[in-house]
Amino acid sequence: MSTTVTRPDESEVTAPEKSGRTSAGIRRALPAAAILIAIGLIWEAVSHWFGVPDYVLPSLDSIWSTLISEWPGTLAAATWVTTEEVLLGFLLSIVFALVIAFALHSSRVVRNAVYPLLIGSQAVPVVVIAPVLAIIFGYTITPKLIVVTLICFFPIVVNTIDGLASVDPELLRVMRTLDGNKWATLRRVEAPAALPSIFSGLRIAATYAPIGAVFGEYAGSQNGLGYVMIQAIPQLETALVFAAIFILTAEAILLFIAVSVLERIICPWAREGKR
Amino acid sequence: MAGTSGTPAAKGVPLQADALTGAPAPGTGVPGADAPGAGPGGPGAPVSSGTGLRLSGVGRSFGPVVAVSGVDLEVPLHSRLSIVGPSGCGKSTLLALMCGLDEPNEGTIDVLGATTSAERLRRCAWMPQRDLLLPWRDVLGNAALALENQGVRRRTARQRVGHLVDRFGLAGFEEKLPYQLSGGMRQRVSFLRTLVAGKEVLLLDEPFGALDSITRADLQEWLRSALDEEPRTTVLVTHDVEEALLIGQRVVVMSARPGRIRAQFEVHLPHAGSRRELIRHPEFTELRDEILSLLEAVT
Repeated sequence: MSTTVTRPDESEVTAPEKSGRTSAGIRRALPAAAILIAIGLIWEAVSHWFGVPDYVLPSLDSIWSTLISEWPGTLAAATWVTTEEVLLGFLLSIVFALVIAFALHSSRVVRNAVYPLLIGSQAVPVVVIAPVLAIIFGYTITPKLIVVTLICFFPIVVNTIDGLASVDPELLRVMRTLDGNKWATLRRVEAPAALPSIFSGLRIAATYAPIGAVFGEYAGSQNGLGYVMIQAIPQLETALVFAAIFILTAEAILLFIAVSVLERIICPWAREGKR
Repeated sequence: MAGTSGTPAAKGVPLQADALTGAPAPGTGVPGADAPGAGPGGPGAPVSSGTGLRLSGVGRSFGPVVAVSGVDLEVPLHSRLSIVGPSGCGKSTLLALMCGLDEPNEGTIDVLGATTSAERLRRCAWMPQRDLLLPWRDVLGNAALALENQGVRRRTARQRVGHLVDRFGLAGFEEKLPYQLSGGMRQRVSFLRTLVAGKEVLLLDEPFGALDSITRADLQEWLRSALDEEPRTTVLVTHDVEEALLIGQRVVVMSARPGRIRAQFEVHLPHAGSRRELIRHPEFTELRDEILSLLEAVT
């Protein structure tokens, strides 16, 4: 944007601002870190000093050592399988949700016809439908992707529709006087205006996706973090179960952060406007 | 934030986007060329006299509420009309009817020979009080919106608009986003966007209502000289009597519920002269007092 002429000036301005931003970031992360440490301390205290057996609540250090020792043999491969299901399922649900949302937005008939069906789909007990899908599709990735999509698409659809409808009606009138037809309005006004809402939906969906993958694996699988858990529980290897849970948790958090970062890159104006 | 207060607007700037940007954009053909009962001026010929806008017996009600009723108006081509009235008198409704965003329940509206709402929409540019810029588009992108809607490619549209930025006091701000601009600048971008559409008729709904008084005075003076330089058929709706007299060559006073036209005034002010000189002109003060007392009576 700016030319080289302003550069010396700019670096002077941005340098302190940047360090200010990182220190602000640390300050913001501090409460979360404090709570994590407090929970960790209580956890360790309970498992070590109150005589809780390891198969009920393993201590954090035993979970950590299990994570390290089982990583090369079991967990790495399982994590890869689950991550693939989560990411593919998430992408699939985004595509599916956006297509549905735009269709519902552009036609009242479609909206009236399909919306009740979508709401109904959320009442389908995934725990019951997952084994049925496993029977139909076998131990492949397909039933997992369907389960992830079934769980993830709904918050994206609802938020996208709200976002598309959130445009100021007077702005829509201005578009009509500026020779904007329905398609131009959708493309140049409604879709960009909906982006912040779409990202809200994506953030919610990002936290659901790992759960969906594990549900799918529970119903029938040969590998994956869910599969590891099914194997570990009857053998009372609770530390391994918790190791898998922690990996899943980290995955959900990373996906959430990735979506937030993408939002900042794609719609910077939304953040600036709110400040 | 980028504290850029309203820089003094350039005086006497050409307004006609077409004239500056080349050929008229598609979809905004010559007035009356394709309309029943074609208006004055043949295809291609620059029109200099005749009727720009004609309303006869126009009424509009929303359910039991009569917004406007029995409105007869005529705006000669390339002349400027101001409409003043108390709030809620149906001024904005009237403007929406003119530009084809709405259809009257009774009466007819003729804009350069166009009577259906779709055809009126193609001939009228409408600018509401709020700037309503797209927050994700920079100054050029916002201004080029109409051109893109008319099928001009994005880059070409930006280039065409880029030539106009200077005359709107926006030079150096081409790639700024709306939140980085002052209120006066945002309104000028909105103006630029409206004018770039290349419409024959300009309908302004309290365009300066949301601005502080200094910026408002600045923009009033700028608009007056811009329209003097390159006239367009203009209707301005306002509740500011001074603004109405400064911009309009004729001023119409409306009464409330139902909105009706109470009086019309011709404004004869010297063409040259700054806003400050005009406001002190005896004819100006006399008209202002007359209109103000009339407004008190109808409210």
